[in-house]
Amino acid sequence: MTTHVETVPLREAGRLRSMVDLYLTTMRLAVQQQFQYRTANYFWMLGMVAEPVIYLVVWTTIADQQGGSVQGLTAGYFAAYYIVWTLVRNMNIVFGAPFWEERIREGELNKDLLRPVLPLHYDIAFFAGWKVVVIVLWIPLAIGLSLVFDPVLDPRLLEIAVFAVAIWGAYLLRTMFQEALGMLCFWTTRGAAIFDLWMMTELLLSGRLVPLPLMPDWVQEISRFLPFQWAFFFPIEALVGDLSNEQLLRGLGAQLLWILIGLAIFRVAWKHAIKRYSAVGG
Amino acid sequence: MSEAAVHVDELRKVFDVPEREGGLRAAAKGLVRRRMRKVEAVAGVSFDIEPGEIVGFLGPNGAGKTTTLKMLSGLLYPTDGEALVLGHVPSKREKDFLRRITLVMGNRNQLQWDLPALDSFELNRAIYRIPREDFVRTRDELIELLEVGDLVRKPVRQLSLGERMKVEIVGSLLHQPGVLFLDEPTIGLDVTMQKRIRTFVAEYNRRHGATVLLTSHYMADVQALCKRVIVIHHGNILFDGPLAGLADQFAAYKTINVALENGHVDLDRYGEVVHRDGDWVAIRVPKVETSRVAAQLLADQSVLDLTIEDPPIEDVIELVFAQERAE
Repeated sequence: MTTHVETVPLREAGRLRSMVDLYLTTMRLAVQQQFQYRTANYFWMLGMVAEPVIYLVVWTTIADQQGGSVQGLTAGYFAAYYIVWTLVRNMNIVFGAPFWEERIREGELNKDLLRPVLPLHYDIAFFAGWKVVVIVLWIPLAIGLSLVFDPVLDPRLLEIAVFAVAIWGAYLLRTMFQEALGMLCFWTTRGAAIFDLWMMTELLLSGRLVPLPLMPDWVQEISRFLPFQWAFFFPIEALVGDLSNEQLLRGLGAQLLWILIGLAIFRVAWKHAIKRYSAVGG
Repeated sequence: MSEAAVHVDELRKVFDVPEREGGLRAAAKGLVRRRMRKVEAVAGVSFDIEPGEIVGFLGPNGAGKTTTLKMLSGLLYPTDGEALVLGHVPSKREKDFLRRITLVMGNRNQLQWDLPALDSFELNRAIYRIPREDFVRTRDELIELLEVGDLVRKPVRQLSLGERMKVEIVGSLLHQPGVLFLDEPTIGLDVTMQKRIRTFVAEYNRRHGATVLLTSHYMADVQALCKRVIVIHHGNILFDGPLAGLADQFAAYKTINVALENGHVDLDRYGEVVHRDGDWVAIRVPKVETSRVAAQLLADQSVLDLTIEDPPIEDVIELVFAQERAE
């Protein structure tokens, strides 16, 4: 026989206000936590600079050997591109798919599932808080790199505004796809191979390895129909390049579209994945 | 129609577990065809828990206790059967449901490791949408009840196991859940801390009328808190009833403690002498023989005092599992 108990609903604040409160509280928590590890964070960021500096030195050398530019891109452009790259790369670090493997294996997901909030919200908010710290730490780093490499950067006000929005768009876009990809961990305990394949594709088609205009035309064509460049090349190009107003707005539109696609994939995958959860690890 | 806070009917959980023999050949075979084995962790259990009841959920490791708790708290999808907690189907994980329950696992940390517990409490306030004045009142009340004091201002990683458990419990109850699933809440704690937590659970139950389903390997927890126990083994319920009834049903013997004028006489003919302490002698006798043996002792010996006891609950539980194994 089915039994039932009437319970008195708890008092609670309005839905939207509560969600904003949740995001702000979680972000505050993340900022506190990351500032506690500010030295470690800084060394970590410094370590990450090695990659763009190598790319920058290589392309600057090639540009110098070819009379000052490569396919029209000057040494000053490369310097600006890879300095802005460092910020966009940091914004691209999200609750990645491999974290899902650990979250499931170590039983951490149990804690998240007991909460009346989708873990995705917590992940977005926590890492967004972390980004605030990253941006603060990035500014002196960018100044130092600018003094060494002499970037050419002369953005319009709209470009700066679009860049400011686009780096957060990039963050959300990559979050959605990484979270969706992470759902594979509910079916396999070793998703690393698939994640590596995804990362490699992303590396080539996002503009992380090489500015997209230097890639073959067919690669550029393919990348237009994939999400990767909208999370990496587009935000950099919005600030460093010379995009028209229409291209800037279209870029933001593309980001929004891919965020929604990523979210939809995540929601469908989550619905099925959670039924497979075996809640191991305590 | 009865109104149960927790209603479980033929609840079952089967896990698919990959298995293979050791060695290279087996590993190579596993590449082609992965062998899976079905493990029935919970084999169709049924019980109801009334609102405000504290029930002990007992069983050895791997009996299915935690799996059942996880199904009841919405972490696991059952393979079969029905579960209702406060009228909600746990596996649907509705927000209203999650706001009304809590699951405390003694061996897990749910707070932010690097920050003071106060910050984690603040996060829970936002997650559970607790109005600030309610939050502050509940938080302070719980801090006082558990005698946590300034521990909430220290980073969680710097707390001892017992201190951490206390702040864990505060964090888990800020939203004032009506149903508490407590999985080994006193594991690894010293006796004083175990007692503190026990007293707190009883007080919380009294103040809020909360329903509690508790697993513990410490019988002192169960004896102090639970009038009723459910014993589970190999995923099946072996006993569901009053704690006192457990001994009646499963213990085949009782212990007669007798104080004699001369405690050194031979008493083997009355039963198995299990302990001597001066003039006090403990004799284990078959349950059905207890009255006859006691009368015989009183008639034959110079008895100063005599009590009859059920065996310790730990022994009864051990006996239950031993009987089940033998079957």
